[in-house]
Amino acid sequence: MSRRTQYIAIAAVIALMLVLLKLPGDVSSRLKLAVSSVFLPLFGLTGSANRLTDATGNALLPKSEVLAQNEKLREEVNGLRVATQQTAEVFRENERLRQLVGWQRQLPWKTRAARVMSRDPANWWRSVQIDLGTSQSMRPNLAVISTDGLVGKISSCGDNRSIVLLLGDPTLRVSALIQETRDHGIIMAGSSGSPGSEFIDLGFLSRSSQLKAGQAVITSGDGGVFPKGIVVGRVVDSRTVGYGLSIEARVKLAADLGKLEQVWVILE
Amino acid sequence: MNFARPILILVAALLAVFAETQLNLPERLLAVRIHLLPAIVVFAALRSGLGMLTLTAAIGGLWLDSLSANPLGVSAIPLILAGVLMRHFDSMLLRDLPYAQFMLGAGAAAMLFFVSLGILLSVHLEPVIGWATLWQGAVSSLGTGALTPLVFFVLDRIDRALTYQPAPESSFRQDREIKRGRT
Repeated sequence: MSRRTQYIAIAAVIALMLVLLKLPGDVSSRLKLAVSSVFLPLFGLTGSANRLTDATGNALLPKSEVLAQNEKLREEVNGLRVATQQTAEVFRENERLRQLVGWQRQLPWKTRAARVMSRDPANWWRSVQIDLGTSQSMRPNLAVISTDGLVGKISSCGDNRSIVLLLGDPTLRVSALIQETRDHGIIMAGSSGSPGSEFIDLGFLSRSSQLKAGQAVITSGDGGVFPKGIVVGRVVDSRTVGYGLSIEARVKLAADLGKLEQVWVILE
Repeated sequence: MNFARPILILVAALLAVFAETQLNLPERLLAVRIHLLPAIVVFAALRSGLGMLTLTAAIGGLWLDSLSANPLGVSAIPLILAGVLMRHFDSMLLRDLPYAQFMLGAGAAAMLFFVSLGILLSVHLEPVIGWATLWQGAVSSLGTGALTPLVFFVLDRIDRALTYQPAPESSFRQDREIKRGRT
């Protein structure tokens, strides 16, 4: 093949890439899931290897260590049982008051555990893939949490895996409020410009907001994607923006997004 | 035709992309993801033809984008351009020197980083960028550059094990043989 023909072929490949770049979002995400299916055997292999490592680690653990852990967990379970009783009583009281006032009943979350399969290899996005898809009743816009707090939401789904946009991704905005003062704002990507950062910004807060470091930030439930009351993080500091029209707070995330291994998807 | 080398390069590209999604140590230490794919593309550019180079860059780029929030095709374009540039100046490159491999790997990674970012901004997407992006670009390029000689070392050895080596030339030539005795 002559050099000229080769360069024409390369130009054709680049043109094809430009066409792919401009595909509509829905077609592009389906195509992406199809292309990435080549990695499924490797993901399966990694999952099996992890399970094997865990099983080996458990088998090699000395009995005294297991007993100590068991005792510690027993104490923790007892403590949680007492806390659950208290919470159940508060929940019942809350239900009675809601009925009296005529507010809508608040349903407990229905969740499903998922394993994090991979992280976004690009330096400028924040997303992970989980091992649940449409076959397991997943759909876009379901909220995803960890044991520490809010993680993000599902952006697209394949049959057996989904892409989760993490907090701090510029395309993900969450309506949130400061728990103590009830000031509403919007969670946005952090101004540091680093996707690995554990800080995000809570913008559009009223300029009369009384912010203090350490105040808890939770989801407000507005918008219908994220249920109300999920912990997002804590306020670190704040500054006035927009020529003094509003306040922006820096929030340290409750969940460590760099160490995610297991997450829970809120189904309802 | 021996398919061992093309298969080796494509498998290496697949594993490189997969490794990038699984290993988060560089990100935890330096807040940067280091790409291995540009090093494989440099290897393809210096050790195979233009066709194989284009295939590796295009398929590797698509694999990388399929596991990322990038639109499909963003990573393939800079990788193809980097590879074609290297092929163009092929005769001037000291391909077997680790220093040259380091520079080529770093250059390909820098091209992948900054050209991809330029494409994303030109199609009106909003990646997370700020001053930290410059740090990420620099560290990511240097990291890939440092890994490139290692990639060459490993792939050259596997390639040697998989392909027939040319028979060593002997100094014996039949036409120059001195026949002794009577004929």
